[in-house]
Amino acid sequence: MSEMDDVISEFLVESYENLDRLDQDLIALEEAPGELQRIASIFRTVHTIKGTCGFLGFERLERLTHSGESLLSLLRDGERALDESAATALLRMVDAVRDVLAHIESTGDEGERDFQDLIAILDAIREGEVIEASVEAVEADPAVQAAPAGPSAADSSTETAGETPSHSVAEGSIRVEVGILDNLMNMVGELVLARNQILQHAGHRADSELDGTVQRLNMITTELQEQVMKTRMQPIGNVWSKIPRMVRDLCLDVDKEVRLVMEGKDTELDKTLLEAIKDPLVHIVRNSVDHGVETREARAAAGKPEVGQLTLRAYHEGGQVNLEISDDGAGVRLDRVRAKAIERGVVTPEEAGRLSDKEVMNLVFMPGFSTAEKVTNVSGRGVGMDVVKTNIEKIGGSIDLSTEVGVGTTIKIKIPLTLAIIPALIVTCQGDSYAIPQVNLLELVRLDTRTHPIETIHEVPVYRLRGNLLPLVALDKELGLVEAGSATRAEVVNIVVLSADDRQFGLVVDEINDTEEIVVKPLGKQLKGISAFAGATIMGDGAVALILDVFGLAQKAHVLGEMRDRKRFGQHGEAEGEEQELVSLLVFRLGDSTRMAVPLETVSRLEEFQRGRIERSGLSEVVQYRDSIMPLLDLGGYFGASAAGGATSEEVQAIVAQHDGRSVGLLVSAIEDIVETALDYKRGPDRRGVLGSVIVQGRVTEILDAASVITDLDPAAAM
Amino acid sequence: MNLPTQYCTFYLAGQHFGVDVLEVQEILRFQEMTRVPLASPAVSGLINLRGQIVTAIDLRRRVGLPDRDEGGRLPTNVVLHSDGGAVSFLVDEIGDVIEVEESAFEPPPDTMPGHLRELVTGVFKLEDHLLLVLDSAAAADLDSRRPVELGA
Repeated sequence: MSEMDDVISEFLVESYENLDRLDQDLIALEEAPGELQRIASIFRTVHTIKGTCGFLGFERLERLTHSGESLLSLLRDGERALDESAATALLRMVDAVRDVLAHIESTGDEGERDFQDLIAILDAIREGEVIEASVEAVEADPAVQAAPAGPSAADSSTETAGETPSHSVAEGSIRVEVGILDNLMNMVGELVLARNQILQHAGHRADSELDGTVQRLNMITTELQEQVMKTRMQPIGNVWSKIPRMVRDLCLDVDKEVRLVMEGKDTELDKTLLEAIKDPLVHIVRNSVDHGVETREARAAAGKPEVGQLTLRAYHEGGQVNLEISDDGAGVRLDRVRAKAIERGVVTPEEAGRLSDKEVMNLVFMPGFSTAEKVTNVSGRGVGMDVVKTNIEKIGGSIDLSTEVGVGTTIKIKIPLTLAIIPALIVTCQGDSYAIPQVNLLELVRLDTRTHPIETIHEVPVYRLRGNLLPLVALDKELGLVEAGSATRAEVVNIVVLSADDRQFGLVVDEINDTEEIVVKPLGKQLKGISAFAGATIMGDGAVALILDVFGLAQKAHVLGEMRDRKRFGQHGEAEGEEQELVSLLVFRLGDSTRMAVPLETVSRLEEFQRGRIERSGLSEVVQYRDSIMPLLDLGGYFGASAAGGATSEEVQAIVAQHDGRSVGLLVSAIEDIVETALDYKRGPDRRGVLGSVIVQGRVTEILDAASVITDLDPAAAM
Repeated sequence: MNLPTQYCTFYLAGQHFGVDVLEVQEILRFQEMTRVPLASPAVSGLINLRGQIVTAIDLRRRVGLPDRDEGGRLPTNVVLHSDGGAVSFLVDEIGDVIEVEESAFEPPPDTMPGHLRELVTGVFKLEDHLLLVLDSAAAADLDSRRPVELGA
């Protein structure tokens, strides 16, 4: 019931405003009848009111506005000019609509008057008949015209309702341009800064009168800040209000039955964010109804209630807004996602095999991906989830999909409350302050290097954080403030553990200061290209501090590798143990000390060749193998691992792999072992030909990227 | 060509430059600023202009002149409106607002170095010296240093 009230009061506010404009438009139009734009605008206004009336069930009002609309459409199409009689009739219609609205506002229904006479006049004018006569009638006594038309009781009630409480709804709220609110917000930010400075000064003087004033200023400023923030907040219900209708129409289209449940529609968030999630939300709901929920028959067959359920849930958590869209449909079948991804060329079959379930799930967010069996009117065009993801990430949010076959799918979106003011950790690096958005912050580590020296892999520093290798990134080096190779610093190291796109890394900074609420300001276009910064803010002392873009920084430091590059999607593993798939790895040695492994599925055979059998063909070493010529590629040479012992032995070890339908032999120094392990990358690739590093049997082992090595080494493969 | 007639002028290494006076938002004495790592060397830093964050561009570096002497006079900010928000040019010294005759205008000589020719739209021949007209939009655009357009 209260829901309906909201819709109606919104309708009333909007309609009153529109009607005021309509008055002016009609009168202006009478002066200059040729203005097509104005007619079109009037037509739209009346059309909107009519449409909403139909939706809200105000049938009389709908009929009245319908007649008006029909007349207006003639005017708009130029089939009839607006003369005085038409204008008068339309203005009377506006008055009548206003009366009915007043009645709705006071009693909740549209009253008994049906405006037959007015409708008759409008229709008559439209048909071009008896215009003169009706104009006479209208002009004869416009004041009492309404009276004989409806039952007197209803009429009088309209009258009284129209007088006193009439515009209470409209007067209770005004429309304000968002730009003005933005300015207000900026100015409040300035006021906060000025307040901070005064607070500092006042602290140095012993002036009780000043102290009192400053205290008051302080309080008022804080309150003002909160209130201004509030003006930008709107309940998420505003965006949701269009969903029930959409779901209903969709259900008719695809012949399904879906019950829509909405929880937490009072959850408030910033207006700009609300706008930004509108389209993604519509898209997800569409997907759920079209692909998620099964047909009645399928549901019945699966033993589920015939009516599907779609739940929208919104709630605040940890300074963020969580938005969940879940259905109790068929779920997403991972094997189909895999197959589709391969078919669409999003991943290669080998890559698909390496992906964990969670990573497969994430494929849905890749461009050009859609698992719908057929393209319907509603969805399945392969445009979509990638755009949804980009839009959500643009506003600093994240999206996650979980599914269970036969049970349903849940999409969880996390978005910040507001973009304008965010909590941030202030750190110092080479004397400058930088702000790190708290959203990315996991924990802070203070490390005494005398007891815990920092370990390195290939000169890349890492830290063991509860058993997991955490790559370390030095902020000063990343920002180019010190030489890249310069000596590692002091005895105590401050590490800020950050997460970027499910990846964790430690940012080494000089000092960790406080957390603060900061006002995010954009950078000038000269600095837009620097991915390490998300913006700037003004600190309490008036100085400017840069806000670090954790994602950009991670990419710059190659913590994320080429993650965003879909061809290499398979490279980043998940740290969560339960979702790991076990992979068989062939562990081998190059030279004396380089330990590498290759997934067993890429190996077709292991061979041993007599050194004498190796022949040369053109530039490459080859061997006759199963009636064909197989090129031999020297892995040790490729990776620069000296083969001290290997050169003398009579036999050479080769891993035979298939590449483009041909056999290729990869020469290694020794085959060590075959192990089954989770492909849990502790580090991304740091040189070409390697997919990353994992820990196998307690030792750091690099995983060979066979395909790229073969392409690099084999002249035939490159062609 | 419809040239502005009033120029806000300033000096860089003794050379007289001018920008259209209507583009100038304000002149500020030197402000403390925050350096921006990874930015172009011409970017001196960020200043807080009453709550608005403004990028300060060292105009000497931008036009390829040698840096100011350490410990010498502090540069002055010339803050301009630009389409991407305000931007500040750091100059050695601020000059007068000068009214000029259109007849005194000449396009830059062909012998002017290419990078400077991109930034200078022309020269006004004043009585005793020359005034270079700075293309402020080009000078504020650090992203794309397009090659000089060879045209008519």
